[in-house]
Amino acid sequence: MNTVITVSQPQIASPRQRLLRRIAIIGGGILLVIAVLFGALLAWMNYVPSDLDLSTTRHSNQGVYQVSYAPRRGLIEINQIHAWTIHVATPDGQPVTDAVITVDGDMPQHGHGLPTRPQVTKHLGNGDYLVEGMKFQMGGWWVVDFTIDHHGQRDTVRFNMILK
Amino acid sequence: MSMSRKTLWIGLAATTIIVIATAAYLLWPRSEWTKEETTTLRGLWIGSLPPLSPDPSNRVADNPQAVAMGQRLFFDTRLSSNGKVACATCHLPAQDFQDGKPLGEGVGTTTRRTMPLAGTAYSPWLFWDGRKDSLWAQALGPLESAVEHGGSRTQYTHVLAQHYRAEYEALFGPLPDLSDPTRFPASAGPVDDPTARQAWESMAPEDREAVTRIYANIGKAIAAYERKLMPGSSRFDQYVEALLNNNTTGMRAALTPQEAAGLRLFVGKAGCINCHNGPLFTNNDFHNTGVPAAAGLPEDTGRAAGVRQVLEDEFNCLSAYSDAQEEDCGELRFAKTDDHALERQFKPPSLRDVAERAPYMHAGQFATLRQVLEHYNNAPDAPHGHSELKPLGLSEQELVQLEAFLRSLSGSLNTPPELLAPPASQAMCLGCHPEAAAQLVPADQPPP
Repeated sequence: MNTVITVSQPQIASPRQRLLRRIAIIGGGILLVIAVLFGALLAWMNYVPSDLDLSTTRHSNQGVYQVSYAPRRGLIEINQIHAWTIHVATPDGQPVTDAVITVDGDMPQHGHGLPTRPQVTKHLGNGDYLVEGMKFQMGGWWVVDFTIDHHGQRDTVRFNMILK
Repeated sequence: MSMSRKTLWIGLAATTIIVIATAAYLLWPRSEWTKEETTTLRGLWIGSLPPLSPDPSNRVADNPQAVAMGQRLFFDTRLSSNGKVACATCHLPAQDFQDGKPLGEGVGTTTRRTMPLAGTAYSPWLFWDGRKDSLWAQALGPLESAVEHGGSRTQYTHVLAQHYRAEYEALFGPLPDLSDPTRFPASAGPVDDPTARQAWESMAPEDREAVTRIYANIGKAIAAYERKLMPGSSRFDQYVEALLNNNTTGMRAALTPQEAAGLRLFVGKAGCINCHNGPLFTNNDFHNTGVPAAAGLPEDTGRAAGVRQVLEDEFNCLSAYSDAQEEDCGELRFAKTDDHALERQFKPPSLRDVAERAPYMHAGQFATLRQVLEHYNNAPDAPHGHSELKPLGLSEQELVQLEAFLRSLSGSLNTPPELLAPPASQAMCLGCHPEAAAQLVPADQPPP
């Protein structure tokens, strides 16, 4: 039968113990940093702001225009090319006619854009514009930006949408 | 030990436990799917395939008579320069409408791998580089290719006038009188063959127009037939169906744990789903995945050349031979044309039945699924342009799991069996070319 002898250690750590402790602290620190970074990456990949404004009528970034959008067929189908109508007005509701408008889209979580190059092809009158070539190739959080230029007044409006 | 040291040790231990627990949670193989994952799997399920949209560019796209005529044309070897090549020569019904060869072989050898046909009616772009924007325009490419069917459009219109007159006229109206050989030479078309090209150029513009319209209609009938070729259910689809019904026994019966683990990699760590999504396992877009150049072939710029060709194509959606209105041609009008990223992009094919379709990639560069997976795992630089791939860091076990999953995507076509062979009325004619006929009759039928 073995006898276990317990020897009480002096309170002053030996150099070897100090080294081990330092390794443990540094190692633990590195693990913590990795865990935080990994968590941050996961959070970023899945992050959709909880206060995301999904409204279909929004003011442009500088407040120059008030813009609404509506898919022509009522809803957006994934992977189907389709058209939108957008309505551009001043903040007090006066229609903005004959503006030059460009469109772009993006998936903030994936870092890729639309599979097509949509264009505003026609002013339908009364501040309504036809947007053709819209297509979203997957579900998730999308942003669509319209940059509106009317008599040198240039401003961009961003719409958010969660597609399923 | 002082209090602060003790706190430090406890803190360290807690951090380590949290890190290990998090890692274990994320990496441990799970048999259950979250709500989000279930939504993803439902999206891949064959039951999510919507009904096929009409093709406004082809007014006979869904006409049963056009399907029947297209089926005859598809198997007709008279539509070739040597009387031996039909669409079905490379698109073999018994082999998932492809030929299992690295490069297609008609009257000569092409520079690309023959693509399968099931479900391609859903794609806005045809061919590996999307140089055609409809099934009917696609069908017209190989017919005048010097290495595929090798013939010319006047030759085909003469075949039509002789052997398909009644069904053609029922669908498309009266055929013009093509009997004057000086106006309508036996072989003439905008093809590589200098004699046929010269004959074409010496024809009157209105005669060329009349011939081209008939030629386009050949494509439209073939397209009507091809729209009927649909993929069917696989074990993967049975698994998703069981999952949606909360039937764990059914799930276990459909996929082995290894295959299910491969599916988890497919939609997760391996990122396959980024391009192979939707019920056809393709987004029908274009990607540069750094696939090596095939030895001995000229440089292939993929979509960069394909998008220029489709914009100039005489049979595109906006052409005089299309039945579509301008607003129906959104894919063509709003295609990405100016992007440097188009260089060496190719279309991801459907992965349904992928295990039955070696070799892989646009020129059959990889002989096995394992080689394909190793390519994606290693993510080498592209020979031209920029590869979108990043190394995946998949282990040997994970590669095996992914391959097992891909093999679960095999299933039979959801196509009426009578469409998978030459129509009965064609048997006699196939007898004229026993060699070609033997090739075209499915393996389970006795040769004529």
